[in-house]
Amino acid sequence: MKLTLWTYEGPPHVGAMRVATGMKGLHYVLHAPQGDTYADLLFTMIERRDHRPPVTYTTFQARDLGGDTATLFKTACQDAVTRFAPEALIVGASCTAELIQDDPAGLAESMNLGIPVIPLDLPSYQRKEGFGTDETFLQIVRHLAKPVARTAQITANLIGPTALGFRHRDDIVEVTRLLADMGIAVNVCAPMGARPSDIARLGAAQFNVLMYPEHAESAARWLETNFKQPYTKSVPIGVGATHDFLAEVAAITGLPCKSDTSRLRLPWWTCSVDSTYLTGKRVFIFGDGTHVAAAARIARDEMGFEVAGLGCFNREMARPIRALAKEYGVEALITDDYLEVEAAIAALHPEMILGTQMERHIGKRLGIPCAVISAPVHVQDFPARYSPQMGWEGANVIFDTWVHPLVMGLEEHLLHMFRDDFEFHDEAGASHHGGKHVARPVGAEAAAAAAIEVGSMPAEIAFPAQDTQPETATESNVIWLSDAENELRKIPFFVRGKARRNTEKYAEGKGLTRISIETLYEAKAHYAR
Amino acid sequence: MTGTLPAIGCTNTPVLKERGQREVFCGLTGIIWLHRKMQDAFFLVVGSRTCAHLLQSAAGVMIFAEPRFGTAILEEKDLAGLVDAQVELDREVARLLSRRPDIRQLFLVGSCPSEVIKLDLHRAAERMSAAHAPHVRVLNYSGSGIETTFTQGEDACLAAMVPALAQSDARELLIVGALPDVVEDQALALLAAMGISNVRCLPARRSADAPQIGENTVFALVQPFLGDTHAALLRRGARHIPAAFPFGAEGTTLWLQAIATEFGVPQALFDAVIAAPRARAEKAIAAARQTLEAKSIFFFPDSQLEIPLARFLTRECGMIAIEVGTPFLHRDLLAPELELLAEGPVISEGQDVDKQLTRARAARADLTVCGLGLANPLEAEGMATKWAIELVFTPVHFYEQAGDLAALFARPLRRRALLAPLAPRMEAAE
Repeated sequence: MKLTLWTYEGPPHVGAMRVATGMKGLHYVLHAPQGDTYADLLFTMIERRDHRPPVTYTTFQARDLGGDTATLFKTACQDAVTRFAPEALIVGASCTAELIQDDPAGLAESMNLGIPVIPLDLPSYQRKEGFGTDETFLQIVRHLAKPVARTAQITANLIGPTALGFRHRDDIVEVTRLLADMGIAVNVCAPMGARPSDIARLGAAQFNVLMYPEHAESAARWLETNFKQPYTKSVPIGVGATHDFLAEVAAITGLPCKSDTSRLRLPWWTCSVDSTYLTGKRVFIFGDGTHVAAAARIARDEMGFEVAGLGCFNREMARPIRALAKEYGVEALITDDYLEVEAAIAALHPEMILGTQMERHIGKRLGIPCAVISAPVHVQDFPARYSPQMGWEGANVIFDTWVHPLVMGLEEHLLHMFRDDFEFHDEAGASHHGGKHVARPVGAEAAAAAAIEVGSMPAEIAFPAQDTQPETATESNVIWLSDAENELRKIPFFVRGKARRNTEKYAEGKGLTRISIETLYEAKAHYAR
Repeated sequence: MTGTLPAIGCTNTPVLKERGQREVFCGLTGIIWLHRKMQDAFFLVVGSRTCAHLLQSAAGVMIFAEPRFGTAILEEKDLAGLVDAQVELDREVARLLSRRPDIRQLFLVGSCPSEVIKLDLHRAAERMSAAHAPHVRVLNYSGSGIETTFTQGEDACLAAMVPALAQSDARELLIVGALPDVVEDQALALLAAMGISNVRCLPARRSADAPQIGENTVFALVQPFLGDTHAALLRRGARHIPAAFPFGAEGTTLWLQAIATEFGVPQALFDAVIAAPRARAEKAIAAARQTLEAKSIFFFPDSQLEIPLARFLTRECGMIAIEVGTPFLHRDLLAPELELLAEGPVISEGQDVDKQLTRARAARADLTVCGLGLANPLEAEGMATKWAIELVFTPVHFYEQAGDLAALFARPLRRRALLAPLAPRMEAAE
């Protein structure tokens, strides 16, 4: 038993729903109690789909349990086939139905429904949503893909995009364009947009583009073994990765590597002088393994950030992410417990988080800007505009998305210079972000200074914390003298945490128990870069 | 017109009972508002990853102040009997309570899997209550989808609290049902102005304010879905004051009148107290009525609020009800509502969602009230919808909210009118 407050992944049958909802002409009969139908709203609300997911739930109740839930399941199958006339049916159980052991696979197969019936075995108490998508798509491919002749022209299948995916809709368009530049047409894109009859002709393509290993790696391997179709290992997110992807496609097909990069803007945007301020920004990266790996490379090699930490929530990707972390000289955090992620971020105190919607909330709590790079998705992750992550346009989108939460270029300097300005002070936040402008309240210091000047109040009372008095004890047992504490407050908020941490680390290293203004500036010089 | 009965009401209307796929939330969903109402309570669902996923999805947005609810997720080893689930639960609860010393009430909430494997949460609650007394009281109820629908979760929770309430012989009024604090305060102020001040609420905001109960307690329900709580209160000797529910100016007046009569409030005083707020409510409703008048409405079953809302919308807003679906029809509690609702609409109980969708498409009501899973698909078919979940997440009771309640239904229609020039293109994209 494990206490969970928020989850990164749903149960595996939600993964199966993502595959079914992405496809057309396929129906999912799910043996499940009432209440499990909540999953429909993920698709109709978060993704704004204009159709119900193609799922029939048996919605059994307590009173059915003593009776015949098997008949209920068979009736649901028959009604679904009659009403929706699908080309194929997938059948399975949610967590509760798994316990009552009705064997949906056997029941559905015994019914002679006249269409292919694909049973799913998704162990709800061991696995999660990512496994559900991968396993469901594998079973669909195994049951429906048939040996067929290759297309005359060189073609590829795009495999992996599902409903409720992070920017899958737009990535498909971008990857299709990349392939078109090389003269390669798309044979089938699946699960998204494919019918069962399209799955049957997957074998006609020369190779597979594995867009999201989380959702289709098992199917890619199966197709490689059974249909001798190689699949791409590079995921084209970021400039470098997209070049690698194109080179890999060229190697597989023997075609010359060519691409129209006229619409790629990231390299100039990141090299232009305004981006100098991005240099060495410490970022923490968390999400699904594929997006984290891509983000780490972009962060270091294309934005000039420093990767302060990284990790993923899907254990299936633990091994590659651990290897990646080693390459970046950091420790990988593999967990699906958001409290652990929050603790790691709090300890590292990065200047920015590249994460999921969970980390966006963590960032809000800790006052750290965050850009979203990965599922789990939120309604905000389905923008109306074209907004891919993959390919050249994806790189442009990522540049904009990651820069947006930060205080920009010269504004950062101005905040340093005029940090005491009552309107343009650092706590007002970046000027391009919404929110009410807050004039800085007349602080204790100003009031104290005024009081001393007019002599209306004894200085000790007006400004009691003098440098002989320790003001703040920290976790590290180093004490901040009040003049140092005041000096620290003059540092803009977005670097204040780092300055505090660095100074404490420096003081501890020197065996100091008190931090004065001198210690603060010695530490600043020590960590200068 | 307040309380004037129609020539023929719905008391004897035959009910269309349906069984099939039900597109409804389970009772766990109630935790979303109950944990905000009871500020020192924690709700621990004993269930599966699906339960945890439901809670964060149904919340729509994540409530990221550390939530006072969580899920103890059953794992393979719990099910295979490799570990003692009771021992596991003790460990998780002890860890939780040590991390959250502010928690005074803990609810162990049963789910579909915990019910199916017959995990005895009642025994667990008794054991934990003894272990953590007097600081924390541990109670249990089931919010499972095999037993409860959406708002029935609140009913199960409140019903579980009743046996634990202290005994009292005081003559007190108990208001039953979780209301937003601001709304609850309005109700208490109105009652106080009539001279009724010995009033308690279930649930209380904090466990220290829990009501006491006995044979001199009379109680009024503010929600129509509290059937089990009603029965539990009767078992403790309390007496129910039957009334229409406090939705709209009329419902609020009838509800208050029933209490005033019970407490012998002089009619003149009663009229004086309600005059101003009632006039405000009527004025606010009149504004929305301009949009709602003569429009038809179709309710899918969702919150069990459907019949009182149909009564409000037909009698005070001039709407025409076509079908009023409810997950469960509690005839006793809804008797005052059914006699006020004029005959005409189909009253349906339970659901077979595909059949009901066929009826809704045939009816093409001006406004269809449904769950979040159905709303966008129906909008895409050109039908205006109102998400039912908003009706339990928004303050809608009593006079000051009557206009807001009407406006909730008017807004989709006003929006549709505003965006009318876009609509044809949207349908062409289909």
